[in-house]
Amino acid sequence: MNKRLIPLIVFLVLAVFFAIGLTKNPREVPSPFIDKPAPAFRLPEVGNPGKTFGPEEMRGQVWMLNVWAPWCVSCRQEHGVLMQLQAQGVKLVGLNWKDKEREAAALLARLGSPYLSTVDDLDGRVGIDYGVTGTPETFVIDKGGIIRFKQTGPISEEVWKEKLEPMLKELAR
Amino acid sequence: MKRLFMIGVTLLATQVLAGEAQPVGEDPQIEQRLNGLAEDLRCLVCQNESLAGSHADLAEDLRREIRDQMKQGKDDKQVVEYLVARYGDFVLYKPPFKPLTLVLWLGPLVFLLVGGITWWTVLKRRRAQPEGMANTQARAEAARILEGKSE
Repeated sequence: MNKRLIPLIVFLVLAVFFAIGLTKNPREVPSPFIDKPAPAFRLPEVGNPGKTFGPEEMRGQVWMLNVWAPWCVSCRQEHGVLMQLQAQGVKLVGLNWKDKEREAAALLARLGSPYLSTVDDLDGRVGIDYGVTGTPETFVIDKGGIIRFKQTGPISEEVWKEKLEPMLKELAR
Repeated sequence: MKRLFMIGVTLLATQVLAGEAQPVGEDPQIEQRLNGLAEDLRCLVCQNESLAGSHADLAEDLRREIRDQMKQGKDDKQVVEYLVARYGDFVLYKPPFKPLTLVLWLGPLVFLLVGGITWWTVLKRRRAQPEGMANTQARAEAARILEGKSE
């Protein structure tokens, strides 16, 4: 083998590694919750004074916990998709992360709510229990209350078609 | 009148500043432990900042959580376990030594070894090489050129 080619080969190997690195999203931190039980909580519902909600109420159903906030722009982006999903019968629960209940209630009243229930996590403690680092984040939870998938960032139609829909179908069996 | 107004404004400003200053943690020992520990933890919002240095909302919440747990008497290891259970090893600036991180920890050693061996063999080969015909010829040529230049 020609010795002069060695630096070129080293360069190409490095280039390939860096190219792969560039395609990765540093925001997509692998969640340690996959295949673990969804942490329990009991929080007041948004726009439903006196009522509370806990994930155990969804036992036996496949559902998605959508972490959002009224000030969050990309949550607004996915809102339309979530409305479509709700129309298709997808069970969504919203977690209003670190924002006032009043703001969330007003926004849902204005834009419509895709959620069966929206809970209020004002101090962000439940968010921490779920390892939330930002909004929106969505957890797919199976019939046994096990977290099966975490979507970081908004649910686009693409994400729904390619990742979530097949997964939910599989889990619903 | 103007002067009085200015004094008033200045006084008001200092009061506003005093109001905004962060309350000092009640227990300096816990604050010190918190800062020491948070230096080695990653803020998950600004990923290149430590939890101690970040002003992100989540970082402040997490510091509050760590502070609470320390007050409850948990040691540093338990607090770190609490965070790793939620955010994964990613929250640690110093990743643990386990099969998944073997390449990360041992990679530099392997590179050092490969580099060292290469360096050693090249040196050895060079030392073993006698001054060949080409070298003598090249030297004569160089001398000739130099002489030609100096004339």
